[in-house]
Amino acid sequence: MSAASLSAPDELGRRLLDRLRPGSDSRMTAGLTVVLVAVSLGASALLLMLTGASPSASLSAIWTGSLANTTGWTTTLLNVAPLLLVAVGACICSSAGTFNIGQEGQVLVGGLAGAWVGLRLAMPGPMLIVVVLIAAAVGGGAWAALSALMLRFRGVNVPVSTLLMTFLAIQLVTFAVSTPWGLQESTQGSSGIADAQSNPLPVNAQLAGFGQYPSLQLNTGLFIALVAAVGVALVLSRSRWGFRVRMVGLNPLTAKHAGVRVGALGGFTLALSGAFAGLAGGLLLASPVSTNRLQAGLSDNVGWDGLLVALVARNRPLVAIPVAFVFAVLRAGGDFLSATGVPSYLVDIVKALLVLAFVAPPVLVDLFRGRRGAMPSTAPAVSVVPTETKAAA
Amino acid sequence: MSVLDSTTTILASGVRLTVPLAFAACGEYLAERAGAMNISVEAMMLGAAFTSVATASATGSATVGLVAGVLTGLVLGFVHGNLSHRAQINTFVVGLVLNSLVLGLTSYLITTDQFASHQVGVLSIPLLQDIPLIGKPLFSERWPAYLLILLVPLTWWLVERSRWGLELRAVGENPQAADVTGIKVNARRRQALLWCGALAGLGGAYLAVGEVGSFNQNMTAGRGYIVIAAVIFGAWRLGRTLLGCLVFGLSDAMRLALPALGVTLNAQLLVAAPYLLALLAMLLFTTQHREPAALGRPFQRGST
Repeated sequence: MSAASLSAPDELGRRLLDRLRPGSDSRMTAGLTVVLVAVSLGASALLLMLTGASPSASLSAIWTGSLANTTGWTTTLLNVAPLLLVAVGACICSSAGTFNIGQEGQVLVGGLAGAWVGLRLAMPGPMLIVVVLIAAAVGGGAWAALSALMLRFRGVNVPVSTLLMTFLAIQLVTFAVSTPWGLQESTQGSSGIADAQSNPLPVNAQLAGFGQYPSLQLNTGLFIALVAAVGVALVLSRSRWGFRVRMVGLNPLTAKHAGVRVGALGGFTLALSGAFAGLAGGLLLASPVSTNRLQAGLSDNVGWDGLLVALVARNRPLVAIPVAFVFAVLRAGGDFLSATGVPSYLVDIVKALLVLAFVAPPVLVDLFRGRRGAMPSTAPAVSVVPTETKAAA
Repeated sequence: MSVLDSTTTILASGVRLTVPLAFAACGEYLAERAGAMNISVEAMMLGAAFTSVATASATGSATVGLVAGVLTGLVLGFVHGNLSHRAQINTFVVGLVLNSLVLGLTSYLITTDQFASHQVGVLSIPLLQDIPLIGKPLFSERWPAYLLILLVPLTWWLVERSRWGLELRAVGENPQAADVTGIKVNARRRQALLWCGALAGLGGAYLAVGEVGSFNQNMTAGRGYIVIAAVIFGAWRLGRTLLGCLVFGLSDAMRLALPALGVTLNAQLLVAAPYLLALLAMLLFTTQHREPAALGRPFQRGST
């Protein structure tokens, strides 16, 4: 504490009151967020104008591709489900202070496991899709569990190992779909050429869509994702297990003294987040958002985007629902945007800027208030694996 | 083609693929020794590759493009440093966002603009380039490649012999202790990121205006992550980091060359090799405490 604050006895009291009154800080954070979002959108519009495109036409193209008609809504809602699942998983392990950035790879391995089971097992009727989704979740979970084991037994930094594992996953899937004894598609008739992709999943391994209204289709995947989001939110905020998870995230030392097995719980949440990402991979594979074939491009950045959704939602699963929706709108609109001559990469720029606009304010508010050294208000998201010192020791 | 010739070809292509990695690895090595885990090195390389080509096209000089690339790296290092070591946003989050921002921005701009091709010149060293086998690969390169001869010892000297480097290492190993002795921890990390940005920028620019002569969408294609893998593989020692770069460069060259030579080797395994080796290295080295103790951990006074 600086000398100035010691000479003003009110200072400490004011700070304590500030802490008790969350209103003032969250108002400031919200205000700053609004300003930064406006700046991000303004910057994107400026970029469009500088490159000779029209911001309003681009906006209306995104609107047409995502929300203007039932086809757009169908695409958008199909995109929501995998993003939301990845984000919900990220919320769990971030709440425990473990930062998983390998969702992209976990999605792919989930898809690989799902495709393997879906193509190799013959099962009657709707049994198969259930087994495919379970296999996908187990696959993604196992991939993340490898990182958890590396942390537990060798103290390997989780963000780094999950990142490296992502690149291995991409090559693993590429290998699987380009090897004839793996999952590569059977050769096409006379030409004898097989592309680097698997055969399509059988129809009973595909997720049912419902609602044959004029072309608005709701896929079962969306309901799975919504149930997962609400369920995880409830478990984290209401259950004893959720309390332990949050305790580990906020203060691992306290959690340890309270009898929580910090290392095991952190590792388990990491595996769980991988399982959610894997399930998202299974959904991608089994829903009409893909061609129902396993390809190296199956994940199509869903893992990275889902992680960004969780960051914007600041690790709250329920907030992740609308955020995932916004990201899905951008994904669906981006595809349409490229048809109008504006590169769809614009959407990636907007997404990255939006994430900064949402991540920066709470930290900046702390900085403005001179709260350095105080417990950061976004502790679980900011700390990188508090348990790893103990694991390494 | 004789065996000697094809070996020379693979070596030459391997060295060419190694040089950009080596530049960036010097920077990433220094940043990681200061405890700054910087995954935005990919963004620095890609951004620099783009601006170097754009500037070279605008000014007609590849050398000016190279300088522009270094400046781009510096700017990104400055941004990353301030976001994660002043505003204390998680450094991995900053890295991911910068990577996707730069990827989006360069991909967007390359489709809306056309650039003329410019390349820096080849500098062949007389006599030395006539050595069989290694002469061509090592002594007939684009001239900025020889900057490595200067920059590698300089990086080593900065980290291991200068006062600044001693403070950097203190910051990377035990920021709390460094802070108590009056070292400005986050300022040192920001400075380390500037060095990292400049060198990663040089690496990216060398790739663009040095070897390829043009910019294509996502042209670094994950080289930044390979650099990070090299630093881990090198157990945070400069010499072994550069060795890692050479191994990864050669394995990439083999992947490109082997099909033409009629040798079948698993392409996916060769692509995955850097990451696999880095993971294995991490599994081995963590118990030997080679890793800077505070790597990737944010520093805030008063918190542990």
